[in-house]
Amino acid sequence: MQTTETSFQSPDFSERLQSRHRLGLILGTIFFLATLFSIIVLVTLIVDILVSGLPWLDWDFLTSYPSRRPQAAGIKSAIVGSLWMMVLTALIAVPVGIASAVYLEEYAPRNRFFHLVQVNIANLAGVPSVIYGILGLAFFVRYLSLGRSLLAGALTMGLLILPVIIISTQEALRSVPQGIRESAYALGATRSQVIWSHLLPIAAPGILTGVILSLSRAIGETAPLIMIGALSFVAFLPGSVLDEFTVLPIQIFDWTARPQADFRSLAAGAIIVLMIILMIMNLTAILLRNYFEKYRPR
Amino acid sequence: MDLAQQQNPLVSMEPDQLERTPPVDLDLTENIYRSPRERFIAFLLGACAIISILTTLAIAAILVYETARFFTDVSLTEFFTETRWTPQFLEKHFGIWPLVTGTLLITIIAAVVAIPLGLASAIYISEYAPSRLRTWLKPGLELLAGVPTVVYGYFALTFVTPILQGIVPGLNIYNALSAGIVVGIMIIPMVASLSEDALRAVPRSMAEGAYALGATKIEVTLRILVPGALSGIIASFILAISRAVGETMIVTLAAGSTPVLTLDPRASVQTMTAYIVQISMGDVAQGTVVYQSIFAVAMLLFLMTLAMNLAATALIRRFQERY
Repeated sequence: MQTTETSFQSPDFSERLQSRHRLGLILGTIFFLATLFSIIVLVTLIVDILVSGLPWLDWDFLTSYPSRRPQAAGIKSAIVGSLWMMVLTALIAVPVGIASAVYLEEYAPRNRFFHLVQVNIANLAGVPSVIYGILGLAFFVRYLSLGRSLLAGALTMGLLILPVIIISTQEALRSVPQGIRESAYALGATRSQVIWSHLLPIAAPGILTGVILSLSRAIGETAPLIMIGALSFVAFLPGSVLDEFTVLPIQIFDWTARPQADFRSLAAGAIIVLMIILMIMNLTAILLRNYFEKYRPR
Repeated sequence: MDLAQQQNPLVSMEPDQLERTPPVDLDLTENIYRSPRERFIAFLLGACAIISILTTLAIAAILVYETARFFTDVSLTEFFTETRWTPQFLEKHFGIWPLVTGTLLITIIAAVVAIPLGLASAIYISEYAPSRLRTWLKPGLELLAGVPTVVYGYFALTFVTPILQGIVPGLNIYNALSAGIVVGIMIIPMVASLSEDALRAVPRSMAEGAYALGATKIEVTLRILVPGALSGIIASFILAISRAVGETMIVTLAAGSTPVLTLDPRASVQTMTAYIVQISMGDVAQGTVVYQSIFAVAMLLFLMTLAMNLAATALIRRFQERY
């Protein structure tokens, strides 16, 4: 204490403000450049893909089946497969995910079992997707004998995105003011009425955002579907949920892995289509969030 | 009767609907909160919540079962001491080390890329960026996080590798360096956004106190905020590294499929995830030792990522309790 005071008051003391500010400026610039790096990478990636993919992108490409000749190859079966996959996954994961979250937030007593479930869900969200693929392969494809079907793929994908839907729905429910629950109960509503008529509508923007973001993860996911044996050469459209299928990411993977330059450009074309679908989904999420936020009771 | 109508619990109905509802003869001795309908709904919701537990149990059961069968053919000693991994050769060796070093190599390169860049971005976004720029930067990083991994794999193989081949002599077409760098780029947003959350959770009064004592902005950032958020920042590193260990498509496409024991980033390597995908793409008969080997590798992968995720969760919880 003594020494600090003397040095502070001594005539030799200098706060070196100039050099301290210079250091701050240098490091601040480095932080800025580091942030800029990610943005530059994103832009580079998009430009690279557009340059190689755009020349291949035409109506024939969207409406043809895969082919051994790059000029004739298209992504019809992949687009249809991806849409099937998205709808089926949503049908499986969304009701179960929302129901789980409602149970955990509104019903479950805060005991040890509750905490176990919470830790379990957080960890499931961090399990590598290839492990879900193993689960799908051993359980849905082999044990339940669903084969390499759309249903096996959608069940695997549903389990994969379930934790994400549960976590985002829980957050949305938690942000509903407690007063709304209390006033509804005070008017004599039962628990299910409170949930159905008040909590879910008010939490809808948060829930929808989480659902759409998790589905956009499902539509870009490749590894689990390779594991359960989705094919890369499908020259037909699936007619039922028990048919074999392919999806856009698998088609991209297959074409990228081939050494011929033409097939890699085809992959870029398919990536453009995939990224457009993802962009539409993300935009929908943002628009829905803004729309609901406007009419949200506070 | 009048009283019964006032207590009608149909709160969701519009006023005109209520008027049209014929007077109901409510039995007030009946407990509507514990009616069979309410109990059934609670039961149904609870059953859904159990599914997440069942998923974990199913994963664990499948991995344990097939791994146990794998170890009836291959000894634990061979698995952990042999240095060759050649399941598809005539002379089969099952030493896990080539796959582990391949995974480690990719993960280290990814961490070297992602940790400094991610932390610097977090500091810039939370402390330096003007608020209008921040509203652009955050969605930009989210976009980067939303790019499917197969697209990153394409980018690594067709864009990053050719550029690196011009810089690094002796670089294989399939190499750990390019895959590692791109995995690093993929996890930057994760480090950045989790670290930023941690930085923002440090009480503002601590920063203001330091400013009042004459500290400059960089001193407040590096000596007050970063140490204050340290456990959250380290948790973000662990979670990101766990993602890198489990990443599959980038390494399958860009790192190759040669399980060799090397730490040379120019060489082609195979990670644990890439091995699992490679075997499952070929039609391997169920019950063979090669089929079972993917479960043994997956078991190790599962345990590694689980340990890291639990450690990160524990760190975050400690850090939340402090403030």
